[in-house]
Amino acid sequence: MKLRMWFLTLCLTASMAAAAQDMPLFRWENFTTEDGLPDNHVFCVLVDGNRVWAGTENGLGLYENGAWKIFRPKDGLVHQAVLSLAVDERTGDLWVGTMGGLSRISAGRIDNFTQLNSGLSNDIVYGVGVLGDFVWTATAAGASRLNTRTGQWALFNERNTPMYEIWTYAVSPAEDKVYYAVWGGGVLEYDTRTERWKDYNDPDGETEMVLMKDQGLIHEITTSVSYVDKILWVATYFGASRYDGRYWHNFLQKDSGLPSNFLNQIKAVDANRAWFSTDKGLAYYDGTNWAVYRPALDTHKPEMLVRDAEGRVTSVPVKTAPAHNYILGVSFQGDDIWVATAKGLSHGVRTQSAAVTAKAGDAMQKK
Amino acid sequence: MRRLKLAVQVVPIVAMILAAVMVKPPSSRAEMQRERYLSPLEMTLSLDGSRLYVVCEGTDELRVVDTKSATVVAHVPVGHQPRGIVISPDGHELFVTNSWDDTVSVIETVSLKVVQALPTGSEPTGVVTDRNGHTLYVANRLDGDISVIDLATGHETKRLLAGPGASYLALSPDGKWIYCTHIYPNAGAVRTQPNSEITVIDTSRQVVVERKQLHNVAGVFHVALSADGKLGVAAQLRPKNLIPLAHVEHGWVFGDSLTLFGQDVSGTIQIPLDELDRYYALPWGVVISPDKSKIFVTTAGSQSVSVVDVAKLMKSVRSHPQSFANDLSASADYVLARIPVGHNPRGVLVSQDGKRLYVANRLDDDITVIDTTRNEVISKIDLGGPKTVNALRRGEQIFYTADYAFQGQFGCSNCHLDATIDGLEWDLEPDGFGKDIVDNRLLEDLAGTEPFKWNGGNPDMPTECGPRVEKYFFRSQSFNPGQLTDVVSFIFSLPYRPNRHRLPNDELSAAQERGKAIFERTKFKNGKTIPEGNRCSTCHSGPKYTNRQQMDVGTGKATDRSPLIDVPQLPNVAYSAPYLHDGSARSLEEIWTVFNPKDTHGISNDLTKDELNDLIEYLKTL
Repeated sequence: MKLRMWFLTLCLTASMAAAAQDMPLFRWENFTTEDGLPDNHVFCVLVDGNRVWAGTENGLGLYENGAWKIFRPKDGLVHQAVLSLAVDERTGDLWVGTMGGLSRISAGRIDNFTQLNSGLSNDIVYGVGVLGDFVWTATAAGASRLNTRTGQWALFNERNTPMYEIWTYAVSPAEDKVYYAVWGGGVLEYDTRTERWKDYNDPDGETEMVLMKDQGLIHEITTSVSYVDKILWVATYFGASRYDGRYWHNFLQKDSGLPSNFLNQIKAVDANRAWFSTDKGLAYYDGTNWAVYRPALDTHKPEMLVRDAEGRVTSVPVKTAPAHNYILGVSFQGDDIWVATAKGLSHGVRTQSAAVTAKAGDAMQKK
Repeated sequence: MRRLKLAVQVVPIVAMILAAVMVKPPSSRAEMQRERYLSPLEMTLSLDGSRLYVVCEGTDELRVVDTKSATVVAHVPVGHQPRGIVISPDGHELFVTNSWDDTVSVIETVSLKVVQALPTGSEPTGVVTDRNGHTLYVANRLDGDISVIDLATGHETKRLLAGPGASYLALSPDGKWIYCTHIYPNAGAVRTQPNSEITVIDTSRQVVVERKQLHNVAGVFHVALSADGKLGVAAQLRPKNLIPLAHVEHGWVFGDSLTLFGQDVSGTIQIPLDELDRYYALPWGVVISPDKSKIFVTTAGSQSVSVVDVAKLMKSVRSHPQSFANDLSASADYVLARIPVGHNPRGVLVSQDGKRLYVANRLDDDITVIDTTRNEVISKIDLGGPKTVNALRRGEQIFYTADYAFQGQFGCSNCHLDATIDGLEWDLEPDGFGKDIVDNRLLEDLAGTEPFKWNGGNPDMPTECGPRVEKYFFRSQSFNPGQLTDVVSFIFSLPYRPNRHRLPNDELSAAQERGKAIFERTKFKNGKTIPEGNRCSTCHSGPKYTNRQQMDVGTGKATDRSPLIDVPQLPNVAYSAPYLHDGSARSLEEIWTVFNPKDTHGISNDLTKDELNDLIEYLKTL
């Protein structure tokens, strides 16, 4: 009997250690205004090869060759508060959504599009994405699409889509679909082949209760969408959702490794893996296990927690953490990750050998 | 003596008035007989130099010249209004841009057959291939971008953002870079110096990696590289549009100049081509000799080729630590010769051995051949165009020459580049600095749009082009009555360019239909009747969308002498940015979002953003 117990304990410990070892481990380097960042309130981050763009409350920062360059209105940017970023992989042009319009940065030239000088629906551009020749924007007054070849704008709102709430908050165009997170209005899907719109809503309605889990979108207040490998991931202020075209799966703090139900961004790696930007840390889900990276909520010391499939949580000793718990977005640079936080930009440098020693004593069953 | 003085003063005025009265413009283009002149524009040589391929814009064809016999040996029909040409690196194919068809004709050099038409952007002009001949790059003038075409599939893979009016391309000798110039300035703040760029493409990644800034430049034409790739040169105009044009006799209105770039110089350097009392208008084509000893520049408005000594130029550049783009004495240090050629010389190329220079005289239908050692014309190649020069052709020659202006400074085509616009706002008259600023207007199909000028002050085209031009523009006695008739005839003969916003079957898209309904509406959205004077279709009525009246629509500025503005015609309005009489609206949207706060320029403040977008989509189809 003792032998069996010992064996079970060994297996348990081994599986928890394995889960911890499988999760990415980072050495975090944090940037603030002292390092040249335009502002510590970082709304978004985008990696473009060796260049890292950080959209902040007071300017757009470009980190290249170890130095920061700042773009503000005096440099030609349409507005200083940068909310969203997207790069056209084919041309290298950067599209910048701001609180005062949309800018295109092309090899140093900045062209600005506003609701006054162009067909852009609204100057508050929460989200921007590029698909082929089209630039899609999520604005405070619906969606706009610019055809970069013809210069023609198309607007999508309550008049021509199922968008009953026009506060579009994020956009994710990929392959043949364009998904919109509509703040208070669920998710909208645009099929580029049929040119038809379809909406996805919370079957519970607008309540904050989850009456029908895994039967639809977790909540109407959506903040981010990510469409990768034909899988739709959705972030809301009340949890996250994954949709494979037939089945929904919802993630809540109470039954997943999410550190909070309040999500600012979701960024999928592939069909099974995704990163979650929450108000209580950065979370990663590999399809089975979860990891959370943050300064500890109480001590503010660097913390990494790993939760395995059985719900057991392991604390992994780490010496560094992202700049702040309040995470607004991420972008990948090979195995590295860049993280926008409320108090600086963080660079997670992936450590190659994850010689993680999970202490069995640290393991605890999450209640 | 006093009578003589009086006579001297009065006679020119009477002559101007007579000229205006005597010239009666044709009422429509149909009345005019148009010969099909060739209008050779650009050229390229076969790899062995035995054949010269000449793009003939006027007859929609390629003419093939045997360089030994100097005779035309073949005609190859291509698309409409061909503009640019390049030969593939292996010499097997020619690529010709068809600016009105939005295609590139692919021609086999052996059979001289057109084997393919590749789709491009709007108004394809310059064209180059990459070094291995896998990718074609096409500068689209109307779109201000560059089509990247995979020659294996014939598909356009992407567009790269260039400057407005993107037109000319050059591949670096090592094949790593492509340089693109553009004929209209980059968008900037109203009443500021214009700026342009040389767009640099990395051919390995097929992306724009640099934009070389050209300050105070509007109108950049051919760009060329030296054989070692260390010296680049672009031909350009430096306009002085912020001060009254009447100051022509006090200095200059356009600086005809070159921009140098590359390893041989630091950054970009602008150098003047003009002389203190003689101008060499509209530098257009440019080429560097294989040994990098000379730069040849066609001056399209001065019927000549300027020859620049590169060694002397470099010495001059090194001796000027500051910009000397405005020092007209400088050109004497490095311009070796001014070689007279034909009317409107455009494309220029040098033979592989560097001994022969070929110049396409667009308005003479021939090619001038120059001995580059002696800087002398040695022959002309007759391309076989019409032997007579009719009134329209004479008018076109007048339109494109600077000979009539004081010191040969500029001609009509300086501002109306290729008979279009220049994208600038001008301070034309001697009424004080910053008074009556005017935007440049399109010249397409003008019959029936009289009167002219933004204040409607000129009742007809002879007045517009006669006394007004003499007094305010050229500051010299310009056209005689016959010449005035010819140039007016030519201007009235200019057709509309194809409108790319219209659907192929001339139907309207859903958005355009909605916009049309807004344009033609007579009711507010609340059902009340819009006063007739506030409806779009009242002032913008008739076949040209103008009632030919002068109206106060609230767009006048404090600097305007009168708030009354001539109602402009609207066809092809999409291609004439900026907008309003003074160019203060940088886009069609701004006409209403910025400059119509009180609904005096049509009723627009009850429109949603969707509806305003629809209205603009419709206007673009006109």
